[in-house]
Amino acid sequence: MSAAGEHSFDPTAPLTPSGNLRRRRAFSRLAEYGATGAAVLAVGVLAIVVYTVAARGLPAIDLEFLTTSEPTGILPAIVGTVVIVALATAVAMPVGVLTALYLTEFASGGRIDRVVRLTLDLINGVPSIVIGIVIFRLLVEGRPQFAFAGSVALAIIELPLIARGSQEVLLLVPGSLREAAEALGVSRWRTVLGITLPSAMGGILTSTVLAVARAAGETAPLILLSSVFDPRFVSFNPSEALPNIPATIFALSEEANPEGFARAWGSSLVLLSAILFASLAARALLGRSRARMTG
Amino acid sequence: MSPAYTTGSGGRGARVADRLRRVDRVGDGILFGLCSLAALLGVGTLLLVGYQVVDGAMPAISKFGLGFLVHTTWQPNFNVYGAGSVLFGTVVSSFVALAIGAPIAVAIGLFLSLLAPKGVRGAISPLVEMLAAIPSVILGFWGIIVFAPFVQSDVEPRLHDSLGFIPLFGPPQSTGAGVFTASLILVIMIIPIIASISRDLFLAVPGDVQDGASALGATRWEVVRGVVLPSTASGILAASLLGLGRALGEAIAVTQVIGSGSAIHSSLFETGDTMAARIANQFPGYLNAMHEASLYYLGAILLVIGLVSNLLAQWIGRRFDYRRRIAK
Repeated sequence: MSAAGEHSFDPTAPLTPSGNLRRRRAFSRLAEYGATGAAVLAVGVLAIVVYTVAARGLPAIDLEFLTTSEPTGILPAIVGTVVIVALATAVAMPVGVLTALYLTEFASGGRIDRVVRLTLDLINGVPSIVIGIVIFRLLVEGRPQFAFAGSVALAIIELPLIARGSQEVLLLVPGSLREAAEALGVSRWRTVLGITLPSAMGGILTSTVLAVARAAGETAPLILLSSVFDPRFVSFNPSEALPNIPATIFALSEEANPEGFARAWGSSLVLLSAILFASLAARALLGRSRARMTG
Repeated sequence: MSPAYTTGSGGRGARVADRLRRVDRVGDGILFGLCSLAALLGVGTLLLVGYQVVDGAMPAISKFGLGFLVHTTWQPNFNVYGAGSVLFGTVVSSFVALAIGAPIAVAIGLFLSLLAPKGVRGAISPLVEMLAAIPSVILGFWGIIVFAPFVQSDVEPRLHDSLGFIPLFGPPQSTGAGVFTASLILVIMIIPIIASISRDLFLAVPGDVQDGASALGATRWEVVRGVVLPSTASGILAASLLGLGRALGEAIAVTQVIGSGSAIHSSLFETGDTMAARIANQFPGYLNAMHEASLYYLGAILLVIGLVSNLLAQWIGRRFDYRRRIAK
């Protein structure tokens, strides 16, 4: 290639690129480094955030922190978060799975199916703070806050995640299973309950766990719906405002109080490790159930 | 359905078959009813959300009209509200986040789909997606305690020294809480969204088209530039819109790091506020009905922007599906 240049052609020269090709290759290599660097950057940020939370949270955490109430521990907030998220999931999971069944078992590809699918995506795109103020208006306005209102808001956030995730695994259930059932004269509802749902159960549970992990960290609705609470007592009662970890972290982060910061780091570590553990476990489960179903 | 149950004509078998058929008809009906009900519940929820936000905003809408969007005074004490400055802050912080985050995310997508060996991809992909699992309140807390001081002492002075002639990069402020820091936190939130979608897009680009380009002597970058990116451009745009929607609506983390300023500044390093952040900040302690209605007005704008960006993403994703174009 360089023969046209000032060099005379040398048939014994090693076959290395020169001139234009060398420049193109160098640029390509540079682009590769750039892309690799971007991935390293993202993983690095994750590592830094997790490391910071762990390093600053660990000193605050001991048995007392996890098992007592304020001012020494955050047990009421842990219990409150569990109650709020559990109720939200109890609402969102049946609705989400049934919606997914509607889309996979009864869908005829018509306009209504498209509307339902679009609705799920749109709900997913509604900012959580907007869901918060809507539920505030519907349930809380003019009354004291209560935890179940927070659960309703979180249920709306979980719904599209569970429905879409379940829909994906339901679509993976081999058509031959359904057809075999139909050929035997098994009715639709028996097929769904006895064959389709059990074979998709792993995936449905996975998407539910992922939705729970997402809901557990949602803060915006809770600062409107369950933020005025008494953090000294453990309570399971969803008809009053329950202490919860996200609202606690938010409140502490807004105060300039070093002791509060220490508690906020500890709470952050508890919440973050629970969420990361849940999503890692869900991912592992998903990989396994998907591998089993697609064989 | 019936043949499985018919055992003969008349007699006990037929009665059992009859009963079973009835049970099945009822069971099928109940299942279908429940499923339709659930599907309708989702649709109803979305409509209810839209209705309630607009209804709550009605007093402010009728008092301020569309002028709300451009007026920049927001003074609850004087009962005067305008969304101009928060709208500005929302748009600026989100677009800066997108301008920084989208190229990084697409690069990550390229790395995961085309460069990384399968094992590395399997390890890095979940880690990138894990970024999205960090609760925004923790990211915001980290942002204000750890990240903002770093941005203030290390990043902002450098940008100011080298690019200070652009008004965007004014002198660094005292705390590091500001629009720029908020944008960087938003970058962390939108990267996993855009990266995982673009990774899937790139993985779906047919290998033989890429091999063809390579066979013609294209370098790896030229394959990406000439084949991969053009055929997925609409998908990348759709993914970016989804990321943008996320950035526009993020309330908590932004409230924590943006400094809640009420003025419009040309410099990114000054404080500002976004619509979602202002709602999160002021809604729990609103002063009066008009204050509340104005916050609902902000929520309504936010909802409209969120829905429009989402719909647009869907439309672009479908309308310009690259598979359809390649097939043509």
